[in-house]
Amino acid sequence: MKVRIFVTLKDGVLDPQGKAIHHALESLDFSGVNDVRVGKLIELEVDSSVSREEIDKMCDKLLANTVIETYEIELPKTALETHS
Amino acid sequence: MQSAVIVFPGSNCDRDMAVALETVSGQKPHMVWHGDTDLPAGLDVITIPGGFSYGDYLRSGAMASRSNIIKPVIEAAQRGVKILGVCNGFQILTETGLLPGALMRNSNMHFICKDAELEVINTDNIFTARYAGDTSVSIPVAHHDGNYFADDDTLDILEKDGRVVFRYQSAINGSARNIAGIINEAGNVLGMMPHPERAIDQKHGGTDGLALFESLLH
Repeated sequence: MKVRIFVTLKDGVLDPQGKAIHHALESLDFSGVNDVRVGKLIELEVDSSVSREEIDKMCDKLLANTVIETYEIELPKTALETHS
Repeated sequence: MQSAVIVFPGSNCDRDMAVALETVSGQKPHMVWHGDTDLPAGLDVITIPGGFSYGDYLRSGAMASRSNIIKPVIEAAQRGVKILGVCNGFQILTETGLLPGALMRNSNMHFICKDAELEVINTDNIFTARYAGDTSVSIPVAHHDGNYFADDDTLDILEKDGRVVFRYQSAINGSARNIAGIINEAGNVLGMMPHPERAIDQKHGGTDGLALFESLLH
């Protein structure tokens, strides 16, 4: 199954890349954008036997640096139903 | 002084570090490959050099900090062996958890390569004792991810306990409280973004990095 992991900077951690992109959008005359934050999307193709807890561990041990980043795990809809 | 330089794929300051260690100690350091699972016996100093280990994949230092050799390095740190991480080495030390905080992209998004004016905040430790009396130094920086971040509580503790060892004299990369280098609680692990190994010979343009390596001898 395909698991999607979104890694983003924690609130309060400055994101200079997001700021630069925000300025670029404004310079292209797009208005109404209040903030831009940049993150990462990591897709894992895993066996269905891999548990949510194991994916959490993968995030904590490697995929995200929890000093500065936070993560969200998106499981396929079928897996969600199986696990819930 | 028995020393080692840990070499990762993408390290590019490993030989400069080796020259600096040999210059002060007269002994060639062991060059230790990241895939090794053991360190040579009897090391006094382990250095983690600058560069772009593993191409900075995922985050600077993230992959290196999970490589084979890091486990014995952490064990050595816990035994009190001196550990020096410079630039990418500092990033790796924060990723291992031996030092708190993280190094983020420079606030201006640019790679910064220039001489940085530093203040040596604390000379009462094994890394900077030889700077006593001359605490304003110039040491080169060359990094993209040198913007030190830690939460306010951690920063307060670092400052209160004298663990901020080097500070930029003026803002350079967005680092919290202009921090350029910190030590761990036990005082035997130093991480710093500036490159002391690039300032040990007049031909480098300055020798302000030499005192750090001389401090390690004692």
